[in-house]
Amino acid sequence: MIDDGDTAMADMHHAEGWIGARLLRKEDGRHLAGAAQFVADIRLPGMKDVAFVRSQVAHGNLRGVTKPTGLERSVFTFADLGAVTVLPAGPEMPAFKLGPYPPLATDRVRYAGQTIAVCVGRTRGEAEDIADKVEVDIDELPAVVDCIAAMKPGTQRLFDHWADNAFMTSTIAEGDLARAAAAPIRLQRRFRMNRQATVTLEGRGVVAHWDRRLEELVVHLSTQGAHVMRIGLAQSLGLPENKVRVIAPDVGGGFGGKNRLMPEEVAVAALAIKLGHPVRWIEDRREHLIASVHARDHTYDLTISAERDGTLIGVEGDVYVDAGAYALWPTGAFMETSMAARNLPGPYRIKALKVNTWTVATNKAPMGPYRGVARPGACFAIERLVDEVARELGREAFDLRRQNIVAKAELPYTTVGGMTFDTGDYVRSMDMAAELIGADAIRKRQATAEKDGRAIGVGFAFYSEQSGHGAVEWQKRRGRLIPGYESCNARMNSDGSVHIAVGTQAFGQGHDTTFAQICAHELGIDPAAVSVRYGDTATTPMGFGSFGSRSIVFGGGAVARASRTLADKIKRIGAHLLQTDVANVRIEKGAVYGPSGSVRIAEVARAANVRQEMLPAGMDPLLETTATYEPRDSGGVFSYGTHAAVVAVDPETGVVEILDYCVAEDCGTAINPMIVDAQVQGGIAQGIGTALYEEIPFSPEGQPLATTFADYHVPGALEVPTVRVGHLCHPAEGTEYGVKGVGEGGAIAPPAVLGNAIADAFRTMGVECNETPMTPRRVSDAVAAARARQGGGA
Amino acid sequence: MKSAPFDYVSAASVEDAAERLTAGAGGAVVISGGQSLMPLLALRLAPAETLVDVSGIAGLKVVAAIPGGVRIGAGVTHADIEDGKVEVPARALMQRVAAGIAYRSIRNHGTIGGSVALADPAADWPACLLALGASVRITGPSGERVETIDRFLLGAYTTSLQTGEIITAFDVPQPAEGARFGWAKVVRKSGAFAMSIGCVVCVPGVSAAVVLGGTTTRPVAMPETATLVLRGATANEATVRKAIAGDLASGAPDADDYQRRLHTATLLRAIGEAA
Repeated sequence: MIDDGDTAMADMHHAEGWIGARLLRKEDGRHLAGAAQFVADIRLPGMKDVAFVRSQVAHGNLRGVTKPTGLERSVFTFADLGAVTVLPAGPEMPAFKLGPYPPLATDRVRYAGQTIAVCVGRTRGEAEDIADKVEVDIDELPAVVDCIAAMKPGTQRLFDHWADNAFMTSTIAEGDLARAAAAPIRLQRRFRMNRQATVTLEGRGVVAHWDRRLEELVVHLSTQGAHVMRIGLAQSLGLPENKVRVIAPDVGGGFGGKNRLMPEEVAVAALAIKLGHPVRWIEDRREHLIASVHARDHTYDLTISAERDGTLIGVEGDVYVDAGAYALWPTGAFMETSMAARNLPGPYRIKALKVNTWTVATNKAPMGPYRGVARPGACFAIERLVDEVARELGREAFDLRRQNIVAKAELPYTTVGGMTFDTGDYVRSMDMAAELIGADAIRKRQATAEKDGRAIGVGFAFYSEQSGHGAVEWQKRRGRLIPGYESCNARMNSDGSVHIAVGTQAFGQGHDTTFAQICAHELGIDPAAVSVRYGDTATTPMGFGSFGSRSIVFGGGAVARASRTLADKIKRIGAHLLQTDVANVRIEKGAVYGPSGSVRIAEVARAANVRQEMLPAGMDPLLETTATYEPRDSGGVFSYGTHAAVVAVDPETGVVEILDYCVAEDCGTAINPMIVDAQVQGGIAQGIGTALYEEIPFSPEGQPLATTFADYHVPGALEVPTVRVGHLCHPAEGTEYGVKGVGEGGAIAPPAVLGNAIADAFRTMGVECNETPMTPRRVSDAVAAARARQGGGA
Repeated sequence: MKSAPFDYVSAASVEDAAERLTAGAGGAVVISGGQSLMPLLALRLAPAETLVDVSGIAGLKVVAAIPGGVRIGAGVTHADIEDGKVEVPARALMQRVAAGIAYRSIRNHGTIGGSVALADPAADWPACLLALGASVRITGPSGERVETIDRFLLGAYTTSLQTGEIITAFDVPQPAEGARFGWAKVVRKSGAFAMSIGCVVCVPGVSAAVVLGGTTTRPVAMPETATLVLRGATANEATVRKAIAGDLASGAPDADDYQRRLHTATLLRAIGEAA
């Protein structure tokens, strides 16, 4: 481990207390003991399971649904659900085309796997038996599978009332485009990042029932944002929000895939109201791969321009995103293209950007966000392009990258894509990554052929990760809801123990621990005395949940503010009890200290809760507050880092083995560095999945061809190296403690760094692998193509 | 992904199993380790009215010496072989093959007989047993029959097994002293089915078998290549590649460019190991 950076600044933020402590995770005990409670663990009296009848074809007009004789009352179509409102979804822009997505298909199916009817049984197996007997009459229509061909005039349209198949198109044109057009070096490449699933360990799941005592709908839901889902469910079902309670128990991963209102969830909730008994749907892996949120599926046709001295000038071209058949409420996947386009200049002093974008509807499951959102594709494209410019110029890619990357003295720096990088030292992160990976030693090793015939390559890629973006940014994106703040309710009990309730949602990130650390830090108590609650609309304040690497900035900030409000009151009561002025006291190690003595916080808490006569005259009792938080500058703060990898590639089989993987990252102040390391490692595991393994191919008829883990490959323990992580620390200026989000960065750079390492392994031949996943077949084909160009033999 | 309803019977003996399978006509299916059948049932891709469980039949787990080799019961698990709990011939090869099958939890349950009966073209045992020249012992309504594995394997997921028949054991010849083995396989990820398998069993100057697995049909012998291996004439890679190309043209005619490169690489690696 290397630690580096502005030591003085970092020390200021790592001052005594719980910020920066490598505390073991409070939540791991229940997980290790198998005592966690996920939706599938919820058991309610009278609960029945459902199975969905799903479309077998990608596109067609739904003529009718025939219920099996004798089982009519166990099968429900849209018309049987009762009053369900189909919510408009997608960004609120006039140019965005709306296409309604009913929870059960009404007159048209637009992807294989779309829900048509729902069947109720005593068990899931029985529900599936019933579903097997339901007959569906569909007139097939031609499937729209290729998102570029989908935009050709005369192509079959998904929505008859649309002029073409684009949800939305846009053009970004910034900077000195004339100079880019006249540049001496202009390289054109196409990049593909194929479609994948989010593959949470726990699939989606919902258990809904009508609580007769409280007269409310209770929905246990595996979600990243219970409050937002409550809004969506209430609107869909025509219920006031106080009649809907959403509870997210333990959630086994989300990664973006559990942050949209999905058809199964609306259907199950509607059914629970109609039937009067609890109804459950637990997504299985086949459903997950076929019909859960899909991700990636970007195509880039780009030209990079540069001077002969290596100065990068511009990026121009087209970006296509295959968004699938529908927009998911609230805002679908429609930040994909603009985020991809705006991130294409990377961290470089590129001055010209012209990108046309297409967000295209196809007959595939709807796309949603997935860890890294758009940036893995953009990073793959720009970082591969930089390596190709270097090869064109006969330069080391590392040096060319270093020449063009924004220097520390230039920060804050607004890119041509309109993002303002805040704090950091990008060059130092590159150098640290090169030191960690031992770049010089690898160049020496490459001078001699490997005994096993494999080729060794080293690659680098830089990423940045926007986080903490609030109202300003989300208004720009025209979200239907603006997640511009987070909230925390903090309550100290009569014994000094604390409950904090937040609007964010942990699904593996360790919020029980980090938020307790923040609260404990501010109150001068032990994190063990702090309970963290989230994921229940009845017990937590309104918040937007966890996504976009926002929790530590927004949620952590709200916890800090609420805790400080409590601390202020504790000090005032403590000063009163110590008979001194509040200016003379400080909180430390569980007590309030004055000039001549101290009083335990527990004693203060007792006074505030149950012994009001001990409070200063006129002071309200209780130690409780609800705070919201948004950073000063809601344009966002940027974590960043350099990934470096060494691969061994078999030129014939195309098999890629990762020999070493290092990261030099900077997420500002780390509340719990151990959890930060785990975020980096976990993100890279998923990034390796994108880079080398995961793909949902489709047949020309629109059938998904990877529907089980036999065909959809996720990296396992043996495929994921132990990543060596080096840290820099340049705290953010506008956030509490100087934190920046760190949830996604790990997943952004792996396709780029592995693509560059594979190209480097065959650097003298000009082998390029510009499509993910870089499967053995694709790599081997790329080597064979390069050999054929060189006129070489087998 | 829950199975459709089915009946379940635990067979008391091989004969009992054969009877029940015969009685069940096409709707009765043998289950042993269940590592392939259970997922197929859950996906409702393999309809079964009755599962005839043979995992309780002690006779199917017997491993015994026979003249010139070993009889391995069809119910022996991959893990039994991997762990050396049973005495198998060509142990250096078979233990390694067993250890490379899927994941340990699958190896704990999955059986050698089940693997061969399914005849997945990408499975390990059919390729290995073909290279070893094994025979398949089969019991059915008309008694017992023995067939070479080469005749037994008809194609992808297709064997000569008839309704009511089950595999009881494999007769695996013990390769002569000084035998050398090569085993190479390429998988998309650890534990996945093979994209390509190369298997070589060679007693220098006496006999040689070269087998390719992971084709679209069934494991195939590579006779031209085996001739070179037998003669020890594998030093010149170009010559070996030529022989492999010839064998691929006849044995895996539908292989595309990539598959030919891939198969060539695994065969070369297996040959290199056995040299």
